[in-house]
Amino acid sequence: MTPGPIANEPRLVLSDIVKHYPAVKANDGVSLSVEAGEIHAVLGENGAGKSTLMKIIYGVLRPDSGRMLWNGQDVAIANPAQARALGIGMVFQHFSLFDTLTVAENIALGLPPDTRLDALGQRIVATTRQYGLELDPDRHVHTLSVGECQRVEIVRALLGKPQLLILDEPTSVLTPQAVERLFVTLRQLAAEGCSILYISHKLDEIRALCHRCTVMRAGRVTGVCDPREETAASLSRMMIGSEPPRLSQHAAEPGEVMLSVRRLQLPRAHPFATELQDISFDLRAGEILGVAGISGNGQQEMLAVLSGEDRRIAPDVLAYKAYPIGHRPVAWRRARGMGLVPEERLGRGAVPELSLADNVLLTHQSARTLRRGFIRHGALRTLASEIIGRFGVKAPGPQATAMSLSGGNLQKYIIGREVMRHPRVLIVAQPTWGVDVGAAARIRAELVALREAGCAVLLISEELDELFEISDRLVVIAKGRMSPAIETAHASTELIGQWMSGLWPETGVSGGVVHASA
Amino acid sequence: MLRLEPRAAPSTLMAWLSPLLAVAVTMVCGLILFTAVGKDPIASLKVFFYEPIKDVHGWSEMGVKVAPLLLISVGLALCFRANVFNIGAEGQLVVGALAAGAVILALDDDTNGGAALITLAVLAGAAGGLAWAAIVAWLKDRYNANEILVSLMLVYVAELLLSWLVHGPLIDPDGFGFPQSRLFSDGFLLPVVLPGTRLHLGMVLALVASVGGWIFLARSFAGFRLRVGGMAPLAARYAGFSSRRALWGALLVSGALAGVAGAAEVMGPIGQLTPSISPGYGFAAIIVAFVGRLHPVGVIFSSFVMALFYIGGELSQTRLGMPSAITGIFQGLLLFALLACDVLIHNRLRWGN
Repeated sequence: MTPGPIANEPRLVLSDIVKHYPAVKANDGVSLSVEAGEIHAVLGENGAGKSTLMKIIYGVLRPDSGRMLWNGQDVAIANPAQARALGIGMVFQHFSLFDTLTVAENIALGLPPDTRLDALGQRIVATTRQYGLELDPDRHVHTLSVGECQRVEIVRALLGKPQLLILDEPTSVLTPQAVERLFVTLRQLAAEGCSILYISHKLDEIRALCHRCTVMRAGRVTGVCDPREETAASLSRMMIGSEPPRLSQHAAEPGEVMLSVRRLQLPRAHPFATELQDISFDLRAGEILGVAGISGNGQQEMLAVLSGEDRRIAPDVLAYKAYPIGHRPVAWRRARGMGLVPEERLGRGAVPELSLADNVLLTHQSARTLRRGFIRHGALRTLASEIIGRFGVKAPGPQATAMSLSGGNLQKYIIGREVMRHPRVLIVAQPTWGVDVGAAARIRAELVALREAGCAVLLISEELDELFEISDRLVVIAKGRMSPAIETAHASTELIGQWMSGLWPETGVSGGVVHASA
Repeated sequence: MLRLEPRAAPSTLMAWLSPLLAVAVTMVCGLILFTAVGKDPIASLKVFFYEPIKDVHGWSEMGVKVAPLLLISVGLALCFRANVFNIGAEGQLVVGALAAGAVILALDDDTNGGAALITLAVLAGAAGGLAWAAIVAWLKDRYNANEILVSLMLVYVAELLLSWLVHGPLIDPDGFGFPQSRLFSDGFLLPVVLPGTRLHLGMVLALVASVGGWIFLARSFAGFRLRVGGMAPLAARYAGFSSRRALWGALLVSGALAGVAGAAEVMGPIGQLTPSISPGYGFAAIIVAFVGRLHPVGVIFSSFVMALFYIGGELSQTRLGMPSAITGIFQGLLLFALLACDVLIHNRLRWGN
């Protein structure tokens, strides 16, 4: 786009930015400089202060102190409208689109009220052509895939002819192929002089895409480097202070089939749900079966069936140790050794306002915790202390409320709570979503330990790295259908990425594919 | 400039102080109100807040009002904790009174009575309130009808039903056509627990309900399921706690308690069925439940505050010539002040910008 007024000045310079929240210092003297046409990564764990910094640049938050220079001029950005007027665009991690409106209507919402929709449509088409973004302005947003929704957000930002584009964790919802296409667009933008701030904690992407990288930890900058000259390990050291432990690969010894699903079909329960069309798989004792797929392709709906919350199916569609259980409620299944770690930690896996001790009672209902319908509070506290100690949960004690814990610590606690029940089958959804690298490694290690102990683990995840790291076999869920299973050793990211868009061979594949219903 | 700033964590201290602060704010507003209508504010406040509690007689009269308020608000505390908004306790009270009264009128021959029949009548009251609340539960469960609207509208149905019955089938044949039933004979009246006053067994039942409700919520697994269902419905589903069971349980218990309150009213201070049994206890108990922090023991405190408003309101009508709306004004002020003070649980006041 148009280069800055003074070509030699950096596009954006931040110096000594400080931002306090009531409990934490989110930014503690952060400095950052972005050149024109530079793709600049901001790397850090969750809670490192990346998002706060971006919101300050985009005018959503005001810093407590610090200076900001835009093309060499001192600026204080009061709100996002002012940021856009200066030429700063932002694509948020969570989209703000109305499902029932078209692409053009959604984009028009952010523009002056006298914008003509037909003229806007032409501008959208022109922009999408220019950057190879492929988007029909007249389609309704609810018919778009997640990747397409992101394109709407990007096009919306590009229409403002930005000199700086901020992207917050843009690839967390994309297939590997969609990530590649996004990178092509971003490189083209940078070549035209637009600066890009790329927020991520994915080391490989940063090394592939970015020219420079600012690493943040606990609200401070811990290093600035050229990511192309760094290794994943050295970047990771800067980010977390130590290298995450590697897990050893494991030769699968398939055991008894613990859970089997046969031709699961289920109409949607509400208009924005996904219809389950054809899901079949076997889960064996002593294996981790990974379920890859982008969120919203039927994972939630399948989980509700597996947990027993949704019992609109015939009993024999779902079998536990060859025994039909489709009609059995949650408590029945749990009492017989099934366990579940849901995707939402606060509000589903744990009650935010209750203490860690009380939260144990959600899934531990036995003679140890209950006597004649009354709660044994002492036993709950003991159990909670054991979980905190054994799983390295950073918490003041069993009386701390669930919401006072960080995401990673609460997740360790919930997984610990389920592991302590010695489940025969454990279903885990997005276990490391939004969890820092250290906690994520610990959680994966616990899942592996559980498999070694003979538990059957179903791992539903969007993180391909995670799936490849610990799964024995992989299946892919796309548009409410499930692919055949493939040994992880025989799978590649490209293949799984292709399957994630719903393209897999319907029957018997050569090259190590084990059919799910074998 | 004074401004609100979000707290990092909700303040436990403010959660407990807020009701006290609300009572204080209500009193200050009362002072302004009395001044505005040309009364001596201090003397008026004294009539309102001190006269009712200056002697044993005053306290016993407070107890007479506390009994129904406490019975109902314990049930409502359970309901609201389960996110079931039963605001029709007034109707459940009326039907409870009606059921108890009908049983008594059917059995009473001026010579019988006693503990067994009194128990029977109170149980009939509980069953009446329970049945009325069961309509709400069924409509919600079966048709997902909004329980706020349904329970509220059933209040008017209950009041009209009572009015029809005391004008017709249950009217006292020797009552010169006044719309009221026969007076119940002494054998069917609740025993007085403090000789020389009107304080009846209902107060004891209310205290038992309060302690029972506390044990249920804090100690029992069923109480835990109820609380989880209210705080985090998704967590309750995940844990496998039935939301239907919580809905029915909460409504039936609160309906039964309101029914007992109604039975205790007609078998205590009133002594017969009349077209108007309650001065809005069922609605006032909603405020009582929230001021008492939805805590079955906390509502003992707030029941006394609310009883004070009732008696203070009566006294300021006779002594100060204030209109009867004064009680309602104070009730409203209190609820309003409480909601305002509760902002300070999650926020704090700061000077400057």
